[in-house]
Amino acid sequence: MLSWLGFEHRVALRFLREGRMQSLLIIVGVAAGVAVVAYISALVSGLQANTLEKTLGAQPHVTLSPPDEVVAAAAAPASGAQLLQVQPRAQRPRSVANWQALLPLLDAAPGVAAVSPMVAGAGLAQRGEATKSIALVGVEIERYARIVNLNSKLVAGTLRLGPGEGILGRDLAGDLGVRVGDRVNLVTGTGAGAVSDAVRITALVDLGVRELNRRTVLVPLRAAQSLVGLPGGATNIDLALDDVWQAPGLAKSLAQRWPYKVESWQDTNAPLVSALNAQSISTGLIRAVVMVVVVLGIASVLVVSVVQKRREIGILRAMGTTRGQVLRIFLLQGAVVGALGSALGVGLAVGLIWAFTHFVKGSDGLPLFIITLHPKMALQIAAIATVCGVIAAVAPARRAAALDPAQAIRL
Amino acid sequence: MSAPPLLELADLRKRYNVGRPNEAEVLRGLSLSLAAGEFAALIGPSGSGKSTLLNIIGLLEPLTTGSYRLQGDEVAGLDDAALTLRRRRTLGFVFQFHHLLPAFSALENVTLPALMRDGTVSAAERDRALAMLRAVGLEAAAAKRPGELSGGMQQRVAIARALVGAPPLVLADEPTGNLDTAASDEVFRLMRRMHRELGTAFLIVTHDPRLAARCDRVIELVDGRIARDERQVAAATDNPAP
Repeated sequence: MLSWLGFEHRVALRFLREGRMQSLLIIVGVAAGVAVVAYISALVSGLQANTLEKTLGAQPHVTLSPPDEVVAAAAAPASGAQLLQVQPRAQRPRSVANWQALLPLLDAAPGVAAVSPMVAGAGLAQRGEATKSIALVGVEIERYARIVNLNSKLVAGTLRLGPGEGILGRDLAGDLGVRVGDRVNLVTGTGAGAVSDAVRITALVDLGVRELNRRTVLVPLRAAQSLVGLPGGATNIDLALDDVWQAPGLAKSLAQRWPYKVESWQDTNAPLVSALNAQSISTGLIRAVVMVVVVLGIASVLVVSVVQKRREIGILRAMGTTRGQVLRIFLLQGAVVGALGSALGVGLAVGLIWAFTHFVKGSDGLPLFIITLHPKMALQIAAIATVCGVIAAVAPARRAAALDPAQAIRL
Repeated sequence: MSAPPLLELADLRKRYNVGRPNEAEVLRGLSLSLAAGEFAALIGPSGSGKSTLLNIIGLLEPLTTGSYRLQGDEVAGLDDAALTLRRRRTLGFVFQFHHLLPAFSALENVTLPALMRDGTVSAAERDRALAMLRAVGLEAAAAKRPGELSGGMQQRVAIARALVGAPPLVLADEPTGNLDTAASDEVFRLMRRMHRELGTAFLIVTHDPRLAARCDRVIELVDGRIARDERQVAAATDNPAP
């Protein structure tokens, strides 16, 4: 195999071996560059995955709710000027129209992993003399558990929501001084319109965000409908997707299809998305700059090598080596330096990642977050570095191929 | 009809910096032919154009005007790729400073032409290279790098490499110029022997009149023209009695 490159690869490897220290230094240089790129890529991707998991762990990827109520401006008079001031309307709890019919359609939509109807409202939780404001969330527990992966957030008790049962955020339970099995009174509305219901706590959950843990009370959908005053209704439908980055596209297509207000997690977390984008761009810039440095490093070493090997190139040309063969000898040297540097660099990156996960730990003694260098990413970076090696070798190789053999050997 | 000469130069001119104020004509209407199997010396003072002529004959440099026929074919207008292949098939080179590849062993240096041509070295090619090293008395040094060999030994390896492809012509540029007297004599006698045994033509550039006197033909260049072209009886030391 590759007998047509047998001569070129053998000469290329010998040239590299001959300039051992020079070759070693540039391979280590490439390895350092590749290690930085691989480590930063893994770190940022781990950081972003961790941030996303924490952010999206307690919220849906797409939310479908009734459109906001707006106040229609009075008709303008036929003639004369009009000074108009419109007071925005207070948004009362309303149900998504025909939400029961929507569920099977959304369940069948491509890319949708889970669909959960919800009734959300505000209220108070009372236990003895303690009263805390709460976010009342009425759900079908099996569906909702798949939206926020509730199983992984269970702190105590059993994930169950039968009639008269409720699940509390961990911090809220602490504030109220209750445990699994205790009862809590839930109150919505005020004055004569106040509605109350008592629930027995079946589980405590840690939703990953302190504010949510201090306010969230999960109750059965039907109980929430009664407490919020929306019999048979659902204030919104939550969706979880297979790929979180498809959320804006799906939200847009749903909004075009039905007259609902559809928001993706990117709409509700714009600052986070901006931060992630800025992070990705910065990482891309760092990677590009490091790769440019790698290219320049390889190129400078090969340029020196062409000067050093001038006489050898001349003798090879005199013996009948074609310009193409000389070109390939130096391109191969670039590729070999890139490939060896990549292999070493990936190994270094794995070592750095291991050191990060073993030595950099949070106050709880656990790693701050998990970072791993996926084989696909490692291969991608190694391939890019090898291609960079070849690109770096182009100019020196062309210079070597263009050498006048008579001058080179001073025949 | 007689076979064409190995090489034939007619009214060859070589100018450098054509059209510039420092234009210089190095070879001035030179005509020369060399038959297959000749053993000729090219002599002349420094600046007479010997190296330029050898470069042109070696297809390393283009001529400005005139004709150059190699094995009957006009090669003056060929492009670089064609010249390279022609060089590979027809010519062997021996240089003053040995010019072996230092990263390759003696044997690998001798098998380089086969590797360059085929991308691999067959067992037959390897055997042929070993036989050539044996012929120059260096079979035992086959695995050694050039840096481990003396100047004379390196030059013998270079001769083996020049001859391994059985080219009809070997061009040698001051092949003994960097050697002491004993090594010079050894290398020269080796070239004579290989010429005798293989029938390869040699064109040897030398400043050493004693070596020139031991060649069958002496071509002297002065100011870019052939001032003398004589055939002579070579010294008996190089031609053992039958």
